Amino acid sequence: MVTKPLTKNIDMSRPPLDIAAYEASDGYQSIKAIAEGLSPDNVMQIVKDSGLKGRGGAGFPTGLKWSFVPRGDSAPKQKYFVVNADEMEPGTFKDRLLMEGDPHLLIEGMIIGAYTIQASTAYIFLRGEYKVSEKALKNAIAEAYERGYLGKNIQGTGFDLDIILHTSAGRYICGEETALLNALEGKRANPRAKPPFPQVSGLWGKPTIVNNVETICNLPGILTYGVDWYHGLTKGNDHGTKLFGISGKVKTPGCWELPLGLPIRQLVEEYGGGMRDGLELRAFLPGGGSTDFMLPEHLDLKLDYDEIAKAGSRLATGTMILLDNETCPVGMVGNLMKFFSHESCGFCTPCRDGLPWVDEIFNEFESGRGTRKDLQILHEHVDYLGPGRTFCALAPGATAPLGSGLKYFADDFDKHIKEKRCPYRH
Amino acid sequence: MQASVIASTATQARKLCAEEIKEIEHEMQLYPDKQAVGLEALKIVQKHQGWVSDESLLGISKFLDIPVSDLESVATFFNLVYRQPVGRNVILFCNSVSCWIMGSESMRSYINGKLDIDFGGTTDNGDFTFLPVPCLGDCDHAPVMMVGDDLHRNLTEGKVDEIFSEYKSKE
Repeated sequence: MVTKPLTKNIDMSRPPLDIAAYEASDGYQSIKAIAEGLSPDNVMQIVKDSGLKGRGGAGFPTGLKWSFVPRGDSAPKQKYFVVNADEMEPGTFKDRLLMEGDPHLLIEGMIIGAYTIQASTAYIFLRGEYKVSEKALKNAIAEAYERGYLGKNIQGTGFDLDIILHTSAGRYICGEETALLNALEGKRANPRAKPPFPQVSGLWGKPTIVNNVETICNLPGILTYGVDWYHGLTKGNDHGTKLFGISGKVKTPGCWELPLGLPIRQLVEEYGGGMRDGLELRAFLPGGGSTDFMLPEHLDLKLDYDEIAKAGSRLATGTMILLDNETCPVGMVGNLMKFFSHESCGFCTPCRDGLPWVDEIFNEFESGRGTRKDLQILHEHVDYLGPGRTFCALAPGATAPLGSGLKYFADDFDKHIKEKRCPYRH
Repeated sequence: MQASVIASTATQARKLCAEEIKEIEHEMQLYPDKQAVGLEALKIVQKHQGWVSDESLLGISKFLDIPVSDLESVATFFNLVYRQPVGRNVILFCNSVSCWIMGSESMRSYINGKLDIDFGGTTDNGDFTFLPVPCLGDCDHAPVMMVGDDLHRNLTEGKVDEIFSEYKSKE
């Protein structure tokens, strides 16, 4: 039985499988199933039943997202399917693995998604810096055209699909799906007002689905091996497997495909090898830079969307960043604030002006000039920049490590003020 | 650092070369409108010229018949579109959190000392431009940086020395 549907073909010590080898590994079976009579509605139901949740960060149910796209004869003829391959969340390195390691899996998933919403054009919005992914995807797309998995009348289904690989010119905000659509249209990547949601009015005003790379890579397995198999993969409440990563000062940092629902401790100690000798785990961000810090006392929680949420954080991208006891937590939060400040698109005031202020205060702390008043201002910004105060989720994302950092590392902020220096610097 | 001149002061458009035109025309088939092609055209011109000069900006504007202000608004938004000349090799140095934990700050100082430039600078001989970049998505090999199209992982001072001498000898 297949237990690692996302990474079963991946071996980074060799080039990715070519299309023949990929086919031999159950590849493109789902397209054959579609050709044998699975309707778009059938596929949507299967994906809904699978319980797949978006792997890009928000964790929204994929089938439900798709169901908002207008269907039937009165629906607009032109629709778009877009892959969010703009991986730029600090500490996140999972989509790169999938695209470099098994590009055909993404293409097969894209065909499934595009077929379900009946989109005849699909774009991959790829980070400009991901040169190896670009090459792998280009090759795989060309192979898929040659074999009749792309183009006109795919495998006799009557369904047409073109995939266009778009390499982006930078900026974190492009990961926000409406900003991504603006960037794809050649505009400044400011987020759009919602509603209307992209599912109804997205790229060039047409119904559009934007899904993350890893989400899409779940689709071929679900169609090929079935919903029961998919449900059998998990060890928790959410379904399927997920890529989990660990970075920071552990013995063996890396990225692994694991069932959802394993204890965090197992990921950190068994896979990450535990902290390097002489270091202790101080805290960790469970799913990238815009998640709340968690503490060693949370290690026995399960890697599950709802369970992490109960601890006040988010599983999000599933790639953890570990903070050790010899690295300055104030400096770490400051680094994140610099990132968010730099990556603000500048469209709305709280984010454009608030984040640089926060960043500046962290510089003060770093150079030993932080005051009680500064600390107060930081606390206020957790509220000023929080959910509902800004146009999109970028600034609220910044308040996650900021707010939890102020709470958990209060003593360290204090020491910076009292000692007028960073106590971690020797 | 010199104050950056971003306003378009050129009066003369540069005539796009045949290769640029061919590639831009290819992009026209992939996108339904010219604004989307505009961003692609900026990247194409940069690929051939190294950066996007005022004259190039005007050239694209003329060729695609879209306002230069639209192009400029996009060119100044995206960090991988360079509106100032850059060195032959652009260093994109990850300054995000995982690399920071793994010592990117001391690596930055080392490069700073070695090339005598900090973020935003270009070496006098035009070999390198040093720029920060958000998380390069290779956090299990931190600290990392790109030089040109190549990713370099698990950076140490010795490795940085090797990398730079390699690029120098390529020329």
